[in-house]
Amino acid sequence: MALDKATVARIAALARIKVPDAELDALAGDLSKILTWVEQLDAVDVAGVEPMTAVTHARPPLRDDKVTDGGIRDKILANAPETTNGFFVVPKVVE
Amino acid sequence: MSNLVKGHTGEWEVVIGLEVHAQVISKAKLFSGAATDFGAEPNTQVSTVDAAFPGMLPVLNRFCVEQAVKTGLGLDAQINLQSVFDRKNYFYPDLPAGYQISQFSRPIVGKGKVVLDMPDGTAREVGITRLHLEQDAGKSLHDQHPSKTYVDLNRAGVALMEIVSEPDLRTAEEAGAYLRKLRAILRYLGTCDANMEEGNMRCDCNVSVRKPGGALGTRCEIKNVNSIRFVMQAIDYEARRQIGVIEDGGKVVQETRLFDSGKGVTRSMRSKEESHDYRYFPDPDLLPVTLDPAWLAKLKADLPELPDAKKARFMRDYKLSAYDSGLLVGERESAAFFETVAKGRDPKLASNWVTVELFGALNKLGKTIAESPVSASGLGDLIDLIADGTLSGRLAKDVFAEMIASGKTARAIVAEKGLKQVTDAGEIETATDAVLAKEPDKVADYRGGKEKLLAYFVGQVMKATQGKANPALVNELLKKKLAG
Amino acid sequence: MSLIGLTIGQARDRLVRKEFTARELATTYIKAMEAARPLKAYLVETPDRALAAAAQSDARLQKGDGLPLDGIPVAIKDLFCTEGVETTAASKILAGFVPPYESTVTANLWRNGALMLGKVNLDEFAMGSATITSARGPTENPWRRRGDNRPLVPGGSSGGSAAAVAARAALTATGTDTGGSIRQPASFCGIVGLKPTYGRCSRWGIVAFASSLDQAGPMTRDVRDAAIMLQVMAGHDPKDATSAPVPVPNFEAAVGQSIKGMRIGIPKEYRLDGMPKEIEALWQRGIEWVKAAGATTVDISLKMTQYALATYYIIAPAEASSNLARYDGVRFGLRVPGETLEAMYENTRGQGFGAEVRRRVLIGTYVLSAGYYDAYYLKAQKVRALIARDFDEAFKSCDAMLTPTAPSAAFAIGEKMDDPIAMYLNDVFTVPVNLAGLPGISVPAGLSADGLPLGLQVIGKAFDEETVLRVAAVLEDAAKFDAVPAFVAGAA
Ligand SMILES: [Mg+2]
Ligand SMILES: [Zn+2]
Repeated sequence: MALDKATVARIAALARIKVPDAELDALAGDLSKILTWVEQLDAVDVAGVEPMTAVTHARPPLRDDKVTDGGIRDKILANAPETTNGFFVVPKVVE
Repeated sequence: MSNLVKGHTGEWEVVIGLEVHAQVISKAKLFSGAATDFGAEPNTQVSTVDAAFPGMLPVLNRFCVEQAVKTGLGLDAQINLQSVFDRKNYFYPDLPAGYQISQFSRPIVGKGKVVLDMPDGTAREVGITRLHLEQDAGKSLHDQHPSKTYVDLNRAGVALMEIVSEPDLRTAEEAGAYLRKLRAILRYLGTCDANMEEGNMRCDCNVSVRKPGGALGTRCEIKNVNSIRFVMQAIDYEARRQIGVIEDGGKVVQETRLFDSGKGVTRSMRSKEESHDYRYFPDPDLLPVTLDPAWLAKLKADLPELPDAKKARFMRDYKLSAYDSGLLVGERESAAFFETVAKGRDPKLASNWVTVELFGALNKLGKTIAESPVSASGLGDLIDLIADGTLSGRLAKDVFAEMIASGKTARAIVAEKGLKQVTDAGEIETATDAVLAKEPDKVADYRGGKEKLLAYFVGQVMKATQGKANPALVNELLKKKLAG
Repeated sequence: MSLIGLTIGQARDRLVRKEFTARELATTYIKAMEAARPLKAYLVETPDRALAAAAQSDARLQKGDGLPLDGIPVAIKDLFCTEGVETTAASKILAGFVPPYESTVTANLWRNGALMLGKVNLDEFAMGSATITSARGPTENPWRRRGDNRPLVPGGSSGGSAAAVAARAALTATGTDTGGSIRQPASFCGIVGLKPTYGRCSRWGIVAFASSLDQAGPMTRDVRDAAIMLQVMAGHDPKDATSAPVPVPNFEAAVGQSIKGMRIGIPKEYRLDGMPKEIEALWQRGIEWVKAAGATTVDISLKMTQYALATYYIIAPAEASSNLARYDGVRFGLRVPGETLEAMYENTRGQGFGAEVRRRVLIGTYVLSAGYYDAYYLKAQKVRALIARDFDEAFKSCDAMLTPTAPSAAFAIGEKMDDPIAMYLNDVFTVPVNLAGLPGISVPAGLSADGLPLGLQVIGKAFDEETVLRVAAVLEDAAKFDAVPAFVAGAA
C-alpha cells in the first residue's frame, strides 16, 4: 500500500505527531515501503484461524476490592511540566 | 394513548435509545487500588497506574466484575462466560494513558430486558442491547483560568457499567419510566447508587423521528444529560426540532448534541464533530475475562428479590392493586417499610396508610422513606389503635399528623390529648338527646321524610363530643330515637 | 586473575569465602565503568548508590548470611524504572523523568543483594537492533573487526547492556527482548543473553514497547550466570496480569546436566538462501557439538518462519502506537508548548520522538485505523497464531531447537541505517520466538572471518528454561569461547 502525503498527514494528526511538511514526502516513502513489505502476509491463508491475542493462557488472579494505593499526590505531580493547587495544568480545551 | 407527535405534515413516531453510564459501587478502582470516594481533594485518589506512568499495568478488580454480572442478571440478560477488554484510543488530558480500557466486541453482558410500569397501569418491555465494563475518565475544569484547563484524575479509572438499550422507547415518558426502573434495579442490587444529580448515573440519549412504520430516521446523540427530568425535556425538544427540520424540507445531520437545561434546548457540539477513529484493539496487558459457571450460578441464586418479582408478590399475597404495588416497590426501603407495617395487620389498610398518608407527608417534608419521622412499627401501632376501636379513622389522621410533627408515638399522643374515642352508650345518649332537644323542627322534617338530615344530626353529636364519639354507635342511636 | 574477569558464580563464591569484599568488587567495577566511558554504554552512573549497597552486602557477608546476589554489580537497561534515578528509555520525550517506583525485576535484584552501577543505553523505547536510535547517541561495540578500527554497533535494543558486560564494565546486566533485543546484542558482543518465556518475569515498571512481546532477561558472561540471574529476576507478580502464576525451578541446577538422549530440532526454514557461509558453518558446528554430547538432532519444519518478521512489524508497532500515547506532555517528561492543547500535543510528540519511533507509531496507528484493522492487524494476529502452532507441532518431536542467533556479525555504525527493512532483517531468527512467547538463549559459539563473535540460539518449550540452559551449557563447553574484545575496561 503506497501512502500519499495526505494520508500520512492524517495518520500523523491521529497520532498527535507534528511532521514538518518538508519531511512528509520522505516519510510517506518510508511508510509505504514498510507497508508494502508487510503485505507479504496476503499470501497466507488464515481461513478459520482464531487471532492470537494473548500468549499466556493461565487465568491470572484478580485484584481484591481493597484500597491499597493513592494518597500520593506529591509523587503523582512531581514530574509534571505544569501544576496548580494539586491539579495538572494544560492549555485550555475549547469545548 | 397514542405515542405519536403531531406535525403539520401529519403524525411522527419518535425513536429513542438510551446509553446509561452507571458508576459501579466498589471501594477501589477497576484496575488499580486507589479509592473511589466522591469529592476528595484533587489527585489524592490517584495511583501511578491511574496516571498512566511508564511501565504501570492494570489488574482487574474481581468485585467490579461481580457487580457487572449481578446487574446483568438483574436485567434478565445473557452473561458471557468469556469477555475481552479493548483499548479505545483517543487523546484527552483527563484520559492519562491516551486510551480508555473498555469492552468493544465482546462485552461481559449481552441481550436483556427491562419491564416498564406505565402510569396508566400498562407494562412495556424494553430491550437491553448490552452492558460492558469500562474506566471512567478524570475531570477537566475549563472555568478556573482564562487560558488553561485544570485536570483532576481522582475519577480516572473508576469502574463504570455502560448499559445500552435497544431503540425501543417511543416517548419521553417511557424514557423517564425506563430510567426510574433501571435506577430501582441498580439500587435493589446495590451495584450503583444511581443518583443522576451526583453524576454516578449519566445518560446519553439517541433520538430520531420517522413517519409511523417508516424507515429509521437519522439519529442525534444528546450527551451526558444529568437528571430524569432533563432527559425527558431534552427528548421532547429534540424530537420537535428534528420534525421541524424535516417538515421545513431540511435533513437531520447525525451529530452529538448537548442539552442546555437553562434554556431547555439541545445544541450541536461542534468540537466533537471531527470524526473519531478510536482504533479499538484487545488490551495486551489484560487476558480475556473468564467466568466460572458455578460461581455464576451461586451469584444468580443469591440475587435479591427485584422490583417486578416483589410487585407480583404484593399483588398475589397482599391482594393489592397493580398501581399500589408499583408505588410500594419503587424503592427497596418503602417496600420493606410496608411489609413491616402489614405484618399481622390488614394489608389494604397498611398500604393506604403508607402510599397515601405517609408518602403524602414525606412529599410535603421533602424527605425520603429512610428519613421518615414515623417508623414502620410506629405506624403499625397507630393502625392497631384503629383496629381495636380506640381511634376513629378521622382521629387517627390527626394523631398521625401529630406523630409526623413531633415524632411522638400514637399511644403517647392519645393519652396526652385524651383523644380516646367514646364508646360508652350512656355518654353518647346524653349528647344525642341534647342535640335532638335543641332542634325540634329539624327532627320534625326528618320524621316528615327528610332522612338526609341524619348526617347533620351525626355531625352535631360528633361536634358535641369533640369527635370522640364512636360514629357507628351515634348512627345507630339516632336512627332509633328519630324513628321513635 | 583480576576481579574484572570473574563471573557471577566465581565472585559469589569468593565473596562468601571472604577472599575480597563487596566494596572492593564495587570499587573495581566503578573504575571499569568510568574507564568504559568511550563506549557510551552508560547513560547514568550511580557509584554512590553502588557503594552504599556494597556496605550492606559486606555487613551480611561478614555475618555469614549473604544473599544470593550480595555484592554483584549490575548495569540496568534504561527501560527499567528505577526509583529516584532518571529513567528515559533513551528518548527525549522522557527527559528528566524520575520514577517514584522501582520495577519488579530490579526490586528483585536489590532485595537479593545485587547493586546498581548505573543505567545503560538502548534504542529509543527499545525500537531498534543496533542502539543507534537512542536520543543520547549510539553505544559502541567493544569488539573491532580484525585490522579495521571502525566502531561497530553492539546490536540492540539492549546494546548498552551487551557492551557493558562484554567490556567488563559490569558483571552482568538486565535486558529486555521484544523481537531479539537480548539475544542479538549478546551475539554481537560475545556474551550470553537469555530471553525467558513470556510471563516468566514481571513487566511491571518496565517502560512498555509491545506488551504482548516484551520480556526481561539477563545478559551475562556465561550460562551459569544467566541461570543465577534469572532465578532472582523471575517469579509471579500480582501487579502484572500477564505474569504467569507458575513456580520458579532451580535454574542453576540445570546447568551442567547431560543432554544425552535429548532430541534437538533443526528448523529447515532457518536455512535462508544468501545466509553467510560462516553462519551456516557455525550452525553445523553446533549440531556436531550436541550430537557429540549424546543428543540426537531431528529435522523439523516451522512453515510460517518467512512471515514472522512481517507479522512482528505489524503487531509490535500497533501495540507501541497505543503504549506510547501516554507521552503527551501532561504528567511527566518533555512538554513543548503550543497555543492550543492540540498544538502542545503535536509539538511535544513531534519533537520528543526520534525518527524510528515516529515511523513505528505511525505504522501502528495506520494498521489499527478504521478500514485497515482487518487487513493488517487482525491478519497479523491470525498469522501469529499459525506461527505459535508451528512451534507446538514441532515440539512434539523435539525437546529444544538449535539455530543461529543472527544472520550476521556486528556491522559498522552507519551501515544499514538508510533502510529500515534491512535493519529489521537482523531479527529474522529471534522474532518467531517472541511471537510464540517461548524462551530462547544466545551463546557465544565462535568468531567470524574478521574476528567478530557469533552466537547460537537455543529455543525451548514454554516455561522450560531448564532445558534451554542445559543445552546452552553444553554448547558453551564445546565452543570454549575465550576471545576478548578489543576494548576491555580496566585492562592495561
Ligand atoms: Mg458510548
Ligand atoms: Zn462508555
